[in-house]
Amino acid sequence: MDKIMTGAPPKGGRAKRVLPGFSLSLGISLLFISLVLLLPVTGLIVQTSGMSLAEYWAVITDERVMASYKVTLWAAAIASVINGVVGLLMAWVLVRYDFWGKRLVDALMDLPFALPTAVAGITLAALFAENGWYGQYLAELGIKVAYTPLGIIVAMSFTSLPFVVRTVQPVLEDLAPEDEEAAMSMGASDLTVFRRIIFPALWPALMTGVALSFTRSLGEFGAVIFIAGNTPYVSEITSLMIFVRLQEFDYAAASAIASVVLMASLVLLLGINLWQARYLKRLHGR
Amino acid sequence: MTDRSLGKRIGALAGGLLFGASAAFAPVQAADQELLNSSYDIARELFSAYNQQFAEHWKEKTGKTVDINQSHGGSSKQAQAIIQGLRADVVTYNQVTDVDILHERGNLIPEDWRQRLPNASSPYYSTMAFLVREGNPKNIQNWDDLARDDVSSVLPNPKTSGNGRYTYLAALGYAQKAFDGDEAKIDQFLKTMLGNVAVYDTGGRGATTTFIERGIGDVLLTFESEVNNIVAQNPEGGYQVVVPKTSFLAEFPVTWIDRNVERNGTEELAKSYLEYLYTEEAQRLIAGFNYRVHNETVKAEFADRFPELELLPIEEIAGDWETAMSVHFAPGGKLDQLQRR
Repeated sequence: MDKIMTGAPPKGGRAKRVLPGFSLSLGISLLFISLVLLLPVTGLIVQTSGMSLAEYWAVITDERVMASYKVTLWAAAIASVINGVVGLLMAWVLVRYDFWGKRLVDALMDLPFALPTAVAGITLAALFAENGWYGQYLAELGIKVAYTPLGIIVAMSFTSLPFVVRTVQPVLEDLAPEDEEAAMSMGASDLTVFRRIIFPALWPALMTGVALSFTRSLGEFGAVIFIAGNTPYVSEITSLMIFVRLQEFDYAAASAIASVVLMASLVLLLGINLWQARYLKRLHGR
Repeated sequence: MTDRSLGKRIGALAGGLLFGASAAFAPVQAADQELLNSSYDIARELFSAYNQQFAEHWKEKTGKTVDINQSHGGSSKQAQAIIQGLRADVVTYNQVTDVDILHERGNLIPEDWRQRLPNASSPYYSTMAFLVREGNPKNIQNWDDLARDDVSSVLPNPKTSGNGRYTYLAALGYAQKAFDGDEAKIDQFLKTMLGNVAVYDTGGRGATTTFIERGIGDVLLTFESEVNNIVAQNPEGGYQVVVPKTSFLAEFPVTWIDRNVERNGTEELAKSYLEYLYTEEAQRLIAGFNYRVHNETVKAEFADRFPELELLPIEEIAGDWETAMSVHFAPGGKLDQLQRR
């Protein structure tokens, strides 16, 4: 692995930056982050601050809400694992092979991001309903997708697939073929090359992709709501619980439940980042 | 452009962005006056026809042209947008609670808003009915059939739609009579009936799609107006309307927003817009959209379309709306308990 020259500032004295415009660009970034990210989050906390701790606890541990956490977490976990496998495969195909229509497939990959999620949900429900294109064959096998928890998984993995593909793809593109060739010339089998050379390099990106896909799925509303069936205690997702509280004009309770989702996502993303930093350090030996 | 219409546009834009409500924008050609009507989801067709009728009437009466902008969405979302600053002049909703909130949260209207127009500010009404597959293969005639083992239904979520709440209350009203107030039996009936629901869509139109397009369920539970419109839209058949003998009186409250019409300078226009809903011409138009109306002449004209039935008002079933919401629909309330499996 080649060593990269790092532009560490000389020790002692004021570091002189080569790139101009640091304070301006940092200032704008911070302002933007504050306005678009921090302010809404603060708003969320302010909304909940009217509640006592006991009230907050009662809202977030309500039986129906608890059932929704379980459904949402399970569905998001399964969806993101599926995306991990399928997304890796897709990224691999897009990077390593040349085929007719590759550009088109590459562009199609972003479709779930571009498509309004409600449209995705309605389309998926239409496809997987018992009279739909896929649903009729699945029904013969006795598998029901639309209006069951299975439908939630389908909708979640559809909307969050690009996260995995798009995080793995650039890493795979940067992977130098020399390492693989060297391994092969030393007699490593294909499997060993994948296991020992390719996978360790992809692993952090893949984990990030899966984690992003998971957190995105936790908050997904539009796509899921049309295919879930929304049976209480069985196929209600947490976003729906938030939506219900908003319908009741109970902003505090809605924010309380939202804060649980937010916290779960933050902890997960932070965990992944920390783990990734350590992993990369070990991998690159610095 | 005047300040007011700019403010209204920004308000409409914000409302639209925040809540996905389809906020309407003022068209470019300038009319003498403008009005923004914030309405419920499935009222698009009705109000686009009514607005045209009213505009003609207004031109005749005052010589002024008027542009009426519509904003449609789930009425709770719509009310939220107004509380948060959307400067709608009038609201035409399908739930009394969504108008009440405008007094409670924003103090935008007086508490006695229901006394300002005839029939408790509800120019038209409807009830909850069943849509079944052609020939009624499961022979569904009344509420008790919904609790049979072999019947599966599609119901808009009572937690997220007034439509679903009305159906729940209708079933409750039926059960109270049928079981003579026996709480245990009433609960058991509602529990079984809710257990037979195959899909809980978040809104009325979603439920219609599930029943019609996806072919789910033996019966769709929704407004009488909606089931009649579905039958009218499917002339090749396939569906049939069943109106149970006892059902809920679903009111469609309207009011002008005092705070907003004052700021917008549209008080007279807004009042006329709502009062005109009670005239014979307007009532005939509304009845054409399958809503029940109060005007006797129009009632007689449409008698064959609206069978006589016993309509229970909220007062008879649950006391008042506030009690109904806190006892039945609040978190941990009756509905939560009945839906537990």
